[in-house]
Amino acid sequence: MEITLNWYLSLSAVLFVIGVLGVLLRRNAIIIFLSIELMLNAVNLTLVAFSQAFADVDGLVLVFFVMSVAAAEAAVGLAIVIALFRNKTTVNVNEINLFRG
Amino acid sequence: MLGPILFFVFAVLALVGALGMLIARNPVVSALWMVLNLFSIACLYLTLNAQFIALIQILVYAGAIMVLFLFVIMLLNLGEVPRLPAFDWRKGIAFLLGVGVLAQLLYVVALGLGVAPEMAAATEAEANGTAAAVGLVLFTEYAFALQIIAVLLLAATIGAVLLAKKRFV
Repeated sequence: MEITLNWYLSLSAVLFVIGVLGVLLRRNAIIIFLSIELMLNAVNLTLVAFSQAFADVDGLVLVFFVMSVAAAEAAVGLAIVIALFRNKTTVNVNEINLFRG
Repeated sequence: MLGPILFFVFAVLALVGALGMLIARNPVVSALWMVLNLFSIACLYLTLNAQFIALIQILVYAGAIMVLFLFVIMLLNLGEVPRLPAFDWRKGIAFLLGVGVLAQLLYVVALGLGVAPEMAAATEAEANGTAAAVGLVLFTEYAFALQIIAVLLLAATIGAVLLAKKRFV
């Protein structure tokens, strides 16, 4: 049995949807961040699979950039979570409503 | 045939890690399940002959980013979240939305069943995934983007320090 591109794409779709469900279902800001990282990873898996299927190195470079942006996003996002926790002593996104006045 | 076995083992591990992350009520446990998921995805990159990306995945994601997550979780001393009331109609809608997205994605993948390209020869893909091949393109064709990423990371570092400082907001 041969593992084709479609296997990788299907796995990546399922991982992405688990990430979507994590964002929609969980109320803990840090878990929501983890879910976003999971979605980024699912997309990275798609990129690597396509890149290796076409034997084209550009996809791998894109994955490299996605990882850098994810690292930057995680650093800033977690700093925001710390700032929020300092003010509201919670990371439950239902109780954080700064824009509601 | 080792290839399919490796794929299925690591695919199942990745799914278990992702589901564990979604279900675990303690944030530390969630982060540890996520490490399992990231590690198995790195192994899947190896099955695709993308050695460089696999190593970067382990170093940057499973190493740096997850340590940052665990550090923040332990710094904030987050306990287990209280168990939610049995069923919430909003959760039902969220679940339906997720299933809808999954159906769409799998439909698109199924559309490509006939026309998807064959995987390139393993030798070709293997030469493609080395640090030398990626680095060559990264430092020539994408040199400008690389500099932009450096500036972005610097900006993110400064932003993170400023945001996490006392009395920022």
